[in-house]
Amino acid sequence: MKTNKKILPLLLIVLVLTICVSLTIGKYPLGLTDIGNFFLLKLFKMGNMDVRQQDLLSNLLFDIRLPRILAAALIGASLSVAGASFQAMFVNPLVSPSLLGVLAGASFGAALGMVFSGSWFAVQCLTFFFGFLAVGIAVAIAKMHKGNTILLLILGGIISGAMFTSLLSVIKYIADPANQLPAIVQWLMGGLSLVDYKTLLAAGIPQIVSIALVILFSGYLNALSMGDEEARSLGIRVERIRLLLIFLATLMSALTVVIAGMIGWVGLIIPHITRMLVGPDNKILVPASALIGAIYLIAVDNVSRMLFVVEIPMGIVTSLVGIPFFVLILRKAQKGWG
Amino acid sequence: MGLKPLIKIEGISFGYTQKTVLADIDLSITKGEVVAVLGPNGCGKSTLIKIMLGLLRPDAGRVLLNGENIRKLDTRYLAQKIAYVPQTHKSSFPYSVLDVVLMGRIPHKTFFFRYSNKDMKIAQGALERLSVSHLTSRAYTEISGGERQLTLIARALAQGATTFIMDEPAGGLDYGNQLKLLDQIVKLSREGYTFIKATHSPEHALWIAHRAVLIKKGTIIADGPCDDVITTENLFHLYNARVNVLKFNDGPFNVCVPQTICGCMDALHDRKESIFENNQKVMQCQ
Repeated sequence: MKTNKKILPLLLIVLVLTICVSLTIGKYPLGLTDIGNFFLLKLFKMGNMDVRQQDLLSNLLFDIRLPRILAAALIGASLSVAGASFQAMFVNPLVSPSLLGVLAGASFGAALGMVFSGSWFAVQCLTFFFGFLAVGIAVAIAKMHKGNTILLLILGGIISGAMFTSLLSVIKYIADPANQLPAIVQWLMGGLSLVDYKTLLAAGIPQIVSIALVILFSGYLNALSMGDEEARSLGIRVERIRLLLIFLATLMSALTVVIAGMIGWVGLIIPHITRMLVGPDNKILVPASALIGAIYLIAVDNVSRMLFVVEIPMGIVTSLVGIPFFVLILRKAQKGWG
Repeated sequence: MGLKPLIKIEGISFGYTQKTVLADIDLSITKGEVVAVLGPNGCGKSTLIKIMLGLLRPDAGRVLLNGENIRKLDTRYLAQKIAYVPQTHKSSFPYSVLDVVLMGRIPHKTFFFRYSNKDMKIAQGALERLSVSHLTSRAYTEISGGERQLTLIARALAQGATTFIMDEPAGGLDYGNQLKLLDQIVKLSREGYTFIKATHSPEHALWIAHRAVLIKKGTIIADGPCDDVITTENLFHLYNARVNVLKFNDGPFNVCVPQTICGCMDALHDRKESIFENNQKVMQCQ
């Protein structure tokens, strides 16, 4: 118990260190001393530095590297928290945030925007809207029938996800193959090259708020993962809390697509790794997943920037890292699956 | 019975589409009683239990707890009074036994909550009461079925409820664990806890229940003290099984002996003898 509680501050320190180290990583080499001097100058007006050097550093750190790092942290935390809460809620450790179709819906929205509207803002709005619409359809399908709600929601998610995946194919088919189609395809591979502060602020605030809310509600997740009837007999208003958690998870996942396109596998494997580290208790698992997810995605972004001369889309890296890792943890994780 | 009923079920009917599961059930339960609900598979006893817990809404009738309709009570308040002890199951996640028992504190919590030291003490106290505190930090998925059932009872105790509704509590447990579980039920009922348990075992009912309720095809066919209700005729009517319910020599309760096996008793006895003779040497060696 005690070691578990100590792990959260520890992870926070690791996250801060990861952010610091990542600021030094990039095509233009910067040492920790350069950055240290720069921050001393900016924050405490200490030391001195050439003005051109200052501008360069300011441009590199604040305009190029920092937004990417913050975006990676937000996306990693959001997907991991959404994944962890879905895994508990749907009583299944193999579930990922895309279960109810949010990622399929959001990708369709993004593609739709890229083909039929010129503005990036419209693309982002459509992404967000269709992410929610897909989940709304899944929930509505589940509500239409009486029976095992969890099962019906999963089926609703499969239907809704399949529908938007097909619609996405329609859009890809009618898209102009010279420039629209490549744009769509690249966007669906996920990447942080288009991140700007405006998007970051607009998406980041709701994401942070919903992550905080899920952490505050995480006390109910253990009981929810024992099944509906048991949770209800423990005095929990299951339907209400589940709907609220689905809403929050959808909000944060849809916004990750708005920021960076499709980033797969994070929401599935990070909660697993975290569970191996801190145990299954969701009160600790959810905040720890947020931190580990953030650290993981910052690291992945560093790899995707630095590995080759050309940047690799981050979604490709998360899949390539995620799949073999999943195979590795599968054996260990089986123990706890019953 | 002059006592005011703790739980009163009035005219409960319930049906899934087309099929009637329960028809006009009346039942009242007094504080401190151990009531066994018996009936064949699909007779509606699980449905009745779920209605008593407020998990299912009956088509007609109502369940009163101390005179108040449970559907009008706050779910958290209801959980403080009535606890559900489900059939032993495995969780998908390896929570520690303490984490599972702590879930029982949720009805005492509001909105965003963290467990306090008091909750910890109550949970640990509940495990101690059932003499399973050695399990505290074990994974719930790795302990035995009997230990899991005791953990779920500890959770019900931590809930602060005094009425426990159990679905097949002894199902899937080995003989020793079944007896341990029944011991605990008797112990707690002496302290004033009320138990309503659906069970497949007339023996268990005869051993520990004050009262048996027999349900067939959604209606109560008998309700009363076990020795009066669990009879040869009733068991045949209920299960279509020929069982002799016999007075046990000076024992406190009756026993069930299947007639089919009784009928061949002599043959069985002879066979056992011969087997025994043949194996005697081997058995002695062991």
